[in-house]
Amino acid sequence: MSFLVDSVIMFTSQVLFFGFGWLFFMRQLFKDYEVRQYVVQVVFSVTFAFSCTMFELIIFEILGALSSNSRYFHWKLNLYVILLVLIFVVPFYIGYFVVSNIRLLQRQKLLFACMVWFTFMYFFWKLGDPFPILSPKHGILSIEQLISRVGVIGVTLMALLSGFGAVNCPYTYMSYFLRNVTDSDILALERRLLQTMDMIISKKKRIAMTRRQMYQRGEDQNKQTGFWGMIKSVTSTQTGSENLSLIQQEVDALEELSRQLFLETVDLQATKERIEYSKTFQGKYFNFLGYFFSIYCVWKIFMVKFWSQHISFILVGIIIVTSIRGLLITLTKFFYAISSSKSSNVIVLVLAQIMGMYFVSSVLLMRMSMPLEYRSIVTEVLGELQFNFYHRWFDVIFLVSALSSILFLYLAHKQAPEKHMAL
Amino acid sequence: MASLDRVKVLVLGDSGVGKSSLVHLLCQNQVLGNPSWTVGCSVDVRAQDYKEGTPEEKTYYIELWDVGGSVGCASSIKSTRAVFYNSVNGIILVHDLTNKKSSQNLYRWSLEALNKDSSPTGVIVSNGSDYDREQFAENPVPLLLIGTKFDQIPDNKRNEVLTRTAFLSEDFNAEEINLDCTNPRYLAAGTSNAVKLSRFFDKVRVQRREVIYSIPLEIDPTVITACKGNIVYSVNIICIIIWCSSLAQIKVILREEQYCLF
Repeated sequence: MSFLVDSVIMFTSQVLFFGFGWLFFMRQLFKDYEVRQYVVQVVFSVTFAFSCTMFELIIFEILGALSSNSRYFHWKLNLYVILLVLIFVVPFYIGYFVVSNIRLLQRQKLLFACMVWFTFMYFFWKLGDPFPILSPKHGILSIEQLISRVGVIGVTLMALLSGFGAVNCPYTYMSYFLRNVTDSDILALERRLLQTMDMIISKKKRIAMTRRQMYQRGEDQNKQTGFWGMIKSVTSTQTGSENLSLIQQEVDALEELSRQLFLETVDLQATKERIEYSKTFQGKYFNFLGYFFSIYCVWKIFMVKFWSQHISFILVGIIIVTSIRGLLITLTKFFYAISSSKSSNVIVLVLAQIMGMYFVSSVLLMRMSMPLEYRSIVTEVLGELQFNFYHRWFDVIFLVSALSSILFLYLAHKQAPEKHMAL
Repeated sequence: MASLDRVKVLVLGDSGVGKSSLVHLLCQNQVLGNPSWTVGCSVDVRAQDYKEGTPEEKTYYIELWDVGGSVGCASSIKSTRAVFYNSVNGIILVHDLTNKKSSQNLYRWSLEALNKDSSPTGVIVSNGSDYDREQFAENPVPLLLIGTKFDQIPDNKRNEVLTRTAFLSEDFNAEEINLDCTNPRYLAAGTSNAVKLSRFFDKVRVQRREVIYSIPLEIDPTVITACKGNIVYSVNIICIIIWCSSLAQIKVILREEQYCLF
């Protein structure tokens, strides 16, 4: 009886999460595009719903809500479904939509999509070889094998994103790093841009006029018959077309220059807006929050571990909520930056895949934050994974990612003022 | 001085609707083979004949400014784009007939180009409200609505799409053309589309001349100084000529007097 009640509760919460994912997709991600393939929206919402259900189960574990049998059953069920979606459904649809974007392979879409999926499975399997996660006790298609591989990918992704985010966030908002941009700089660049456009226009007008004259002269010349007439027509058009190709080359160079100037102007405008934002109330508030959280993290490292149910619940809850919110915001920004009407489907599915793997690996890593009595269910469900390996792997990748983003940002920062000195 | 000869027409629309292919078709009379992402703004010129066949025949070069991007992008990109919207004589609004959102976004595009000061979050204007019609009815800049990917509409949806675009053209108080950018026969000479296109460019040219002749006070100061320079220069030349000729005259007179003396 209690099992039935628990199942109803779980199902209702899953429907709620599904609805939230659907709304998020419609209102935020796809607000500038038309949804033509509803499959994409359904797959995204399903991935989101089952990922959130996993977090919900952890919270229920800590709170002691629902009976332990039903919790165990729902854990298993959820895990199977999520693995099914992440390994079979989403990669297949990604392959299908990528193939349908390429014009050459339109005929045998399904066949090529299956081929792409088999390639993905091959590399996915090969991923497990260099890592100490293969234990001879379990068969090939056991859940431990699949989860371990998904866990590796997800943990790597999480560590990369966290490393980059940890370095990029202070760099973006700290005024120490903000280059000083004045309005006159922007105006000067804009004037150069417009001058370049004017030069392109005048050259294109010349090309058009020359072409017109050649066309008209060509008609007159065609009337000339005889041996000398033919030779004369050949030589005159040749000089005309040589001239044209020269001007065309100049136009191409100028167009490249105009693109560069446009991008530089956009960059300067963005920096100016960031400077203005950092002076506002909201900017100062977020700056303060950033300092506060960094101090909190440092304190947490050295904190004495006296656990009680409520503290662990609150901590885990905060971590879950902030990571979901942070991930959704980052995904949205990323999506706006790189999507177009052709590739929007593929990008949303890739984001759904990343989100699913991120959440699965969060569960793996979260095990460390939970006290011993709550770790048991996670250990039981996920089998004999080497959890310590994942934590060490996370630290290594986090360090690598943070160092490389420091290097990258340093180089970019060095290059930028030199560019503007040359103006 | 060069600004007096320029006719500038903006080509606006969401990314991926086919603005670059359309501009290439209009200017080069050829289909664009490999359309790629437009960064910033790409310009092309179209030679338009005015009063063809008559002795007053003249060829105008119309500049088509193809501005890339989407309506919902970052405000830094929007403020940079605003640089291209100065002194516009006509606007071509391009939308994808297979994508409803691109048609709805045209309201925001036209507001962005005409106002030049819309907020970065964008004003979401619903279609068909009276507010839009009044604003576009008294708008001096001629608009033209072009729908692309006409061949990709399934036959059973064609009527629905055409009624939707008819409402759109009423809202903008503009003519509409529906075509496929990969097929030049839609704009072949003699078709109704070609007639609408040349009518639009005539309106643009007429409107430009009205703008020039109705604002005599807003002459470019550099033009004034150049004119002043020219006038001073020519006056100087005339003075020198008069002086030289008067010198020559005096010499002649003196010589005559000399002769007279004798």
